[in-house]
Amino acid sequence: MSEHAETQHDHDEHDEHDGVSGVHATLKGYLTGFGLAALLTLLPFSLVMSGAFAKSGPADALILFLAAIQIVVHMIYFLHMNTKSEGGWNMLALVFTIVLVVITLSGSIWIMFHLNNNMMPSMMPDPRNLP
Amino acid sequence: MSDTTMTMSGSPEPLKFHVEGDHHVENGTLLGFWLYLMSDCLIFACLFAAYGVLGRDYAGGPSAAQVLELPVVAMNTTLLLLSSITYGFAVLEMQLNRRGPMMAWLVITGLLGAGFIALELTEFAHLISIGAGPWRSAFLSSFFTLVGTHGLHVTCGLIWMIVLLVQVGKKGLIPANKRRLMCLSMFWHFLDVVWVGVFSFVYLMGVLP
Repeated sequence: MSEHAETQHDHDEHDEHDGVSGVHATLKGYLTGFGLAALLTLLPFSLVMSGAFAKSGPADALILFLAAIQIVVHMIYFLHMNTKSEGGWNMLALVFTIVLVVITLSGSIWIMFHLNNNMMPSMMPDPRNLP
Repeated sequence: MSDTTMTMSGSPEPLKFHVEGDHHVENGTLLGFWLYLMSDCLIFACLFAAYGVLGRDYAGGPSAAQVLELPVVAMNTTLLLLSSITYGFAVLEMQLNRRGPMMAWLVITGLLGAGFIALELTEFAHLISIGAGPWRSAFLSSFFTLVGTHGLHVTCGLIWMIVLLVQVGKKGLIPANKRRLMCLSMFWHFLDVVWVGVFSFVYLMGVLP
């Protein structure tokens, strides 16, 4: 535990000297991130390319789930995101952006899906009945 | 107030906004650049939403499963992922203040990125040549816009990389250049994050039956 604290301290001093604050890049971190990312890329590609999926429903969910995990992996190991970097403002901006992205994506798709349904010919008034 | 303006406009010396030897604001650049990346993220969210809405409107044209080739995309993804780790190695060399190895890793990263762009352009050219250009259907319009915008970002990253190589070559690993390298690092890794969304949402889900 104390060893870890010491390493952290060394890094802080090093960064201060460099003039680049708040970044602690390590070889171990990059290799871990790369390994996880490669695995999370290989898995969905091999599953889809081998034709293991007959129906798209559960496959879509699995692909999106793996992509979400990989994005978190990239954020942590490559973008060095944590709650302390840049005094927490980094994380605050990220959370705000995620809220906006979710609203944009789910809102657009939800609205357009209903618009498609409501524009079906069956929903249109019969022109012969119009005055 | 008016006095200051008078002095400024009347002064024969050019105005200096950056005073030499001035200490750069701590906690400034990287946070600001992160905010820019978040705004970029919103642009991509809108393009993803457009693709989500229009992606199945083929207008009698080819469907995603008919025109998208997964082996090419797997190759593309490999190149981009490799370029992420090589940029990481460049950052590690930067932290050790080793200029030569840092620049070598940066060149390798640039070559991998250029390979990605080359493959993507080949794919686009192939699609256009078989009559599946962006004008063919709503699906292809949104596809070209989303994937093309990502490709444009990667191209900008490559130009930035070349500029940085020149700057580091001239001035060495000074604090300003290190700051720039960290900004480009964020930009480059962020593009990989967006590509994860593209290959999952557009390519893998597109070719499913």
